Amino acid sequence: MGDLQILIDAPIFSVQLLLDGLLIGAIFALVAYGLALEWGVTNIINIAQGDLVILGGYVALTVYHLGVHPLFGVPIAAAVLFCVGWLIYRTVLFRVIDRDLFTSILATFGISILLQQLIDKVYGADVQTAEANLGTLFLFDNQITLSNIKLVAFVVVLACGGLLLWFLKRSRTGQAIRATAQNARAARIMGIDTEHVYSMTVAINAAICGAAGALVVMVWVIQPFIGLAYTIRSFMIVVVAGIGNLGGVLAAGMGLGVAEQFAGFLLGAEFQIGFVFALLVVILVVRNLRLARKREYLH
Amino acid sequence: MVIGIGVAVTLLVPLVPLFQPYMIQFAMLWVLILMALTWDILGGQMGYNSFGNVIFVGVGMYTTAVVQREMFFGAEYASVAGQSSLSLVDYLTGLGIGMGSGAILSVALAAFLGSGILALRGHYFAICTLGLGVAAGELASGWDYIGAGSGLVTPLPPDGVGESSTFFYYVFFVLVVITFMLLRWLYSCRFGLAINAIRDDEDKAEAMGLHTTRYKVVAWCVAAFFLALTGGAFGNLMVFIDPTETAFAGATFGVWMVLMAVLGGKGRLWGPVIGATVFHVLQETFWTYLFGWQRVALGLLIVAVVVFFPLGIVGWVRERFAHRFGEAVDPAARTEQVTLGDGT
Repeated sequence: MGDLQILIDAPIFSVQLLLDGLLIGAIFALVAYGLALEWGVTNIINIAQGDLVILGGYVALTVYHLGVHPLFGVPIAAAVLFCVGWLIYRTVLFRVIDRDLFTSILATFGISILLQQLIDKVYGADVQTAEANLGTLFLFDNQITLSNIKLVAFVVVLACGGLLLWFLKRSRTGQAIRATAQNARAARIMGIDTEHVYSMTVAINAAICGAAGALVVMVWVIQPFIGLAYTIRSFMIVVVAGIGNLGGVLAAGMGLGVAEQFAGFLLGAEFQIGFVFALLVVILVVRNLRLARKREYLH
Repeated sequence: MVIGIGVAVTLLVPLVPLFQPYMIQFAMLWVLILMALTWDILGGQMGYNSFGNVIFVGVGMYTTAVVQREMFFGAEYASVAGQSSLSLVDYLTGLGIGMGSGAILSVALAAFLGSGILALRGHYFAICTLGLGVAAGELASGWDYIGAGSGLVTPLPPDGVGESSTFFYYVFFVLVVITFMLLRWLYSCRFGLAINAIRDDEDKAEAMGLHTTRYKVVAWCVAAFFLALTGGAFGNLMVFIDPTETAFAGATFGVWMVLMAVLGGKGRLWGPVIGATVFHVLQETFWTYLFGWQRVALGLLIVAVVVFFPLGIVGWVRERFAHRFGEAVDPAARTEQVTLGDGT
């Protein structure tokens, strides 16, 4: 715990960790919102969520290697992943959508394995990143460094979230999606093609993951086998914030980002992923205890 | 009779010279069957999808290796030019005590974790165990006492043991027989009915007065017990324990045990056994003919089996050849039930 002393002696480090955490956490929140969307509409918990993020990252990386600025990778990755998501729905998920949760979890688990192994095969297992070259911001007498790409990524996340919200509220398809989420049967009676809605939802979720992955490859690193951590993070955020609560998701995501930065600093970077998984267990158990207490009141 | 012949044949396999070079493959087959059988207790019979059972394999493996290390004074047991310096009795005692304490620790861990997370329903439990498996691997690769990322070496078996793969072939075979018999007994008594009730409708089971969480924890403890024994022996067979490749191998064993049980037919006693056997053959085929792409092929296989073949081999056979393998209804018991229903 020697690192704790550093934080006490130089509180400015905490500000650094806080800022990093908030900006990274916003990306987690975006991914989590996609997971919540798919969960709410199709009742499938997508274990392959994190692997879609990583796939988006590699698409952006390919664009970057072609000599294009990686920021253009964001829309391109989103577009490519939109197609991938649609394909996943049309080949696999539509067969499991009305079966029990056990089957759909296993199916997305299989897709997750398939995606990470394919990525490993095509791109290799190395840790990779894309340089955005946007310069660095120095704050507080150069005591805090903040690469501009993190700020840009934050703005892109907010823009994506806003766009998504507008799409769900205003567009015809978005309204159909919300109607299906509320009551799929009634939506079918009202003439909504729910199959189309489901495939659109899965594809939109994949597109969100793609955009988030393209941001991750710029502000952080990607590697074929770290996808699961993103699934776990987004699941955790959704469990804490609830489905369909955008403000809550953003707050929980940023909170998680900050907690992770501090844990990584205090426990050592090698335990950062372990911390995420342990936190998941704690959150689920605490949630369950609270639910149990609520049930006690009812008795 | 049939089982007797089967046991006799399996006991004789190591004596056939033709099979000698493949003994490690046969031993591996028993390991896979053990993993599939224990996964099926929760996954098939109880309807709880556990992706984290591999932690018990790891705990058993590490405990056994650490006990062996501590009993024989640090690294001194380490082989001298490939020769083990241990006596036969020492080796067997170390292995026995190690596996025993690994099993006890595992059951304690399952009881502790289970009382917390087995109260979670369905998908929450699945994702929670997914997290646990990876967290355990991360922890093991950061913990210096058990060798951290560079792994741990187990003692080489002394000459008295004979060919180590043959020795462990028998160890695993005994474990498979015990596990299978115990599970057959468990599934046929009240315990089996209780966990099946949990799978079919947990709320109703609870309303009928079953202490569902207690049954779930016990079921997980049974799985943990045998997985730890398997892990302990498997670590010694492999001689080297890597934290994420052999001990907490979520990407291989963790995935395989699910696939094997589903492939064979989950919720059926023979399903995991048949699934593991078929899977082992498939895996070796993939390894030979699709070298480099075998893991991709396995991912594809999971999706295909879950989506197109959810009943598994045993389930499919029972449906297709119902007159031969389907559920047999005893006419007398049925008449009795009907009259009971009419009489009241």
